Amino acid sequence: MDDQDLRVDGNAAAGLLGEVFALEATAAWTTCGGCGAIGQVGALLAYCHGMGAVLRCPGCDTAVVRVANAGGRWWLDLRGARSVRFDPAP
Amino acid sequence: MAGRAVLERLTWRLARVAATRAETPRFVSLDLEVAGWPGHLPGQHLDVRLTAEDGYQAQRSYSIASAPDGERVTITVERLDDGEVSPYLAGELGAGDLLELRGPIGGYFVWEPALGGPLLLVAGGSGVVPLLAMVRHHAATGSRVPTRLLYSSRSAADVLAGGELERLAAAGSGFAVTHTLTREQPPGWDGYRRRIDPAMLTEVGWPPAARPLVYVCGPTRMVEAVATALVELGHDPARVRTERFGPTGG
Amino acid sequence: MSGFVSRGFRGRRRPSEGTGGRVPPGQYVEAGFPVLTAGPTPRIDLAEWRFRVAGLVAHPRAWTWEEIRALPPSTFGGDIHCVTKWTKLDTTFTGVSVDTLLDAAEPLPAASHAVASSYGGYTTNLPLDDLRGGKAWVVWEFDGAPLPPEHGGPARLLVPHLYFWKSAKWVMGLRLLDHDAPGFWESLGYHNHGDPWLEERYWSD
Repeated sequence: MDDQDLRVDGNAAAGLLGEVFALEATAAWTTCGGCGAIGQVGALLAYCHGMGAVLRCPGCDTAVVRVANAGGRWWLDLRGARSVRFDPAP
Repeated sequence: MAGRAVLERLTWRLARVAATRAETPRFVSLDLEVAGWPGHLPGQHLDVRLTAEDGYQAQRSYSIASAPDGERVTITVERLDDGEVSPYLAGELGAGDLLELRGPIGGYFVWEPALGGPLLLVAGGSGVVPLLAMVRHHAATGSRVPTRLLYSSRSAADVLAGGELERLAAAGSGFAVTHTLTREQPPGWDGYRRRIDPAMLTEVGWPPAARPLVYVCGPTRMVEAVATALVELGHDPARVRTERFGPTGG
Repeated sequence: MSGFVSRGFRGRRRPSEGTGGRVPPGQYVEAGFPVLTAGPTPRIDLAEWRFRVAGLVAHPRAWTWEEIRALPPSTFGGDIHCVTKWTKLDTTFTGVSVDTLLDAAEPLPAASHAVASSYGGYTTNLPLDDLRGGKAWVVWEFDGAPLPPEHGGPARLLVPHLYFWKSAKWVMGLRLLDHDAPGFWESLGYHNHGDPWLEERYWSD
């Protein structure tokens, strides 16, 4: 098995992100801190497993969003995003 | 308002299994009744959580196969031989059983008629499930958005909802389905018999000038190959949405 | 939804009976070897591969692939424990003891901790004592065959007495420090030490 098979879309982390954000996280727009690419969280490349989810820029693989539910606490690292924008719910 | 919506979709609920249906040798549909279901958009999924007597839990996501229909929600599960959850859902659960779930989840890979089209849906194996929800909603709402489904399966026996798709295609509502059977074809088959490639996408899909909305779902490798091909053919990446199912395809 | 039990669900676990106390609390036995990854598998050219020991050491050192494989070999045979609750019994990993590498670099007295870093950017922190005394390896063979890339090949750190996220895949070096510096998962809620026998899974454990 190749690691390529393991990656999925940011949408796969929607459940975990939904536990943290009041607005739909996969629809939020991020600017990658690595290469400046702008895209929706749902379009990031997601590596999800029991420890948490790491969402990477499809262009440069920078970890834009990292999220974990570690022992009942949610930890969030957005340092890989230069900015995160949530538009109002339609 | 947003807060309540959040709580709704994150709340674990007990759904009742109304019926189970074997669709193909490997796929089983579970018709669920979910009291308090807030409704969903085609393309969204739900999370299922199983708990053993000693407290051990396993959780998986499943795309919703049905169009919005009150408190009724259908998921279609592929039984994986070495799976932990799918053999239980597709083999053990029966009508009357309870199933813990939450949802709907995922606002990124959704289609509703208001988003327009034309619509190209590209499915690999179990990846057809969320696209079936889109097709069913398209039909249920009488949408006239021109829609084409390109559906790759290993053999005719693996095709989900084959009869239903043919009926919808014959109904004249601007929906068409094209199958490719990659491993085994029935006698007299004159359709595609290979993996989806740029030539097939060009023949079956819309030209880039039509600016279609494209939804691609299936095993990660297939999705990436198709998405790359679409962009190389000139389609706008912003109008191509993907849902990778990972290594096993769901 | 406390109290709900899914009728007839057992999961894929193997029973722990007969394992004689080898399974830490909260773990279950897994026959396979699940792949958990936080990013794409790095493609490393062995001609360019290096393992470095740096930081608070008297002699910062770097080994090439040939050099590290020429060191006295060492094999670990035993169990590994993932914080996601699976335990795999009776694994065999072969490589070089971290003691061999540290002895060559000579940690300074002030060195108390280390950060292991990997190709691809992963990091994990450990007390230096958990890397010494025959408790840690840099390994390139698993069960008698070259370590597969999805499991950290060409070489990974192996610290089996701690949760397996400390056994950094695609390891490229150790930096010795006089303080603890949380790594990739430790900065996201996971425990700085990670002893499975004390269930040190999360930050506040």
